[in-house]
Amino acid sequence: MELVDEVRKGSVRALAKLITLVENEMPGGIEAMEKIYPLTGNAYIIGITGPPGAGKSTLTDRITKELRRQNHTVGIIAIDPTSPFTGGALLGDRVRMQGVSSDEDVFIRSMATRGSLGGLSRATSDTVKILDAYGKDYIIIETVGVGQDEVDIVRTADVSILVVMPGGGDDIQAIKAGIMEIGDIFVVNKADRDGADRLVTEIKMMLGLSSVEREWTPPIIKTVATEDQGIGTLVEKINEHRDFLIKSGMLACRRKERIRCEIIKMIEHEIYRYLDGLIAENKDFFEQRLEDIVNKKEDPYLLTKKTVETIAKRISKNANV
Amino acid sequence: MNQDRRIRVLVAKPGLDGHDRGAKVIARALRDSGMEVIYTGIRQTPEQIVDAALQEDVDTILLSILSGAHGFLFPRIMELLKKKGLGDILVLGGGIIPEDDVPELKKLGISEIFGPGMSSQTLINYIRESLSQV
Repeated sequence: MELVDEVRKGSVRALAKLITLVENEMPGGIEAMEKIYPLTGNAYIIGITGPPGAGKSTLTDRITKELRRQNHTVGIIAIDPTSPFTGGALLGDRVRMQGVSSDEDVFIRSMATRGSLGGLSRATSDTVKILDAYGKDYIIIETVGVGQDEVDIVRTADVSILVVMPGGGDDIQAIKAGIMEIGDIFVVNKADRDGADRLVTEIKMMLGLSSVEREWTPPIIKTVATEDQGIGTLVEKINEHRDFLIKSGMLACRRKERIRCEIIKMIEHEIYRYLDGLIAENKDFFEQRLEDIVNKKEDPYLLTKKTVETIAKRISKNANV
Repeated sequence: MNQDRRIRVLVAKPGLDGHDRGAKVIARALRDSGMEVIYTGIRQTPEQIVDAALQEDVDTILLSILSGAHGFLFPRIMELLKKKGLGDILVLGGGIIPEDDVPELKKLGISEIFGPGMSSQTLINYIRESLSQV
């Protein structure tokens, strides 16, 4: 595979092209990933998540600057939402990343969610692998602005940083399940605003209420990303957490869990493609069934069972060829 | 298999003018037509624009300029694109560009200049048609 060889030799053009190939599920994508996979495992993956407007992009820019100051190379994957109505997207994270956008050792790729709901896009984990194989020391994933339940980042990154800002709701928000549970590090950004200290206290209390025994207590760091305040401390904490993960053996555990989830997702996607094809080929049939089900002449459970059987037959037929 | 190559567009504002209303309207219209639009903000250097196009692997670049500096900035961008092996990207210009300057810009390899009053559908059609010929 030519493209993979060029990526290994350091071609930025090939790197960008390979990401497109994989993202669009074009022919050759899976074969390329088979070559990429053995080359991965050297990069450290930082996930940055939080609600819209908390300052994720600006923070990504400043963390990258700090990592560059320490001579590390950085790859950034910045994810923004795809319109559910038109399929289009406006990817605007680069606007806040001007400080690093013309640094040769920083590669920024904007991605649209393309229908994924977990805060990332389907091609995110493959893009991480490509950047890893390319030789980036750190890979930063910036999720879409998330609410409460978009927690895919925790299964994709080595460290998850949750960015919040003052004025985002009362302390009940902080004890709801989901997003507040996934932070390895909490960042209270825009800490020059009113209510920052209260928010820190609320997060502290939320963490204190947890009945789960923790080996790592997530630190809460106040930053003003636009003013470069708190960024050095944040990067120190990222490294401290990394040392903890390595020493405790948790990094290996997390990475194993990640692969487990990825495999299941890949299989799901493969099966889904059969379903997609089946429905596309038998549109009228499915429409008629739908009509009958709506009119209570049939039930949806039988149709589901029959469809799964058909898919299974098709899969086994393909496997025998 | 999902093989539709979604069109990726870079909307860029080179130079020092800070007016990006037009660029934003265009970005929004392209988004609504189903394209993935990368918007990089105002005051971009030619280097930043070309690096963004390279990393984002875009199919087309839209340059919006109102400052009158197109005669300097556009050639620089085209030169850098060629240098980085991106000569095949469709480049379009827009903003306030005098008619007399258009032939010179087209000679550089800029495919078309779209001025005020153009409907966004014209631009969308132009992009779709140009890219389907590739």
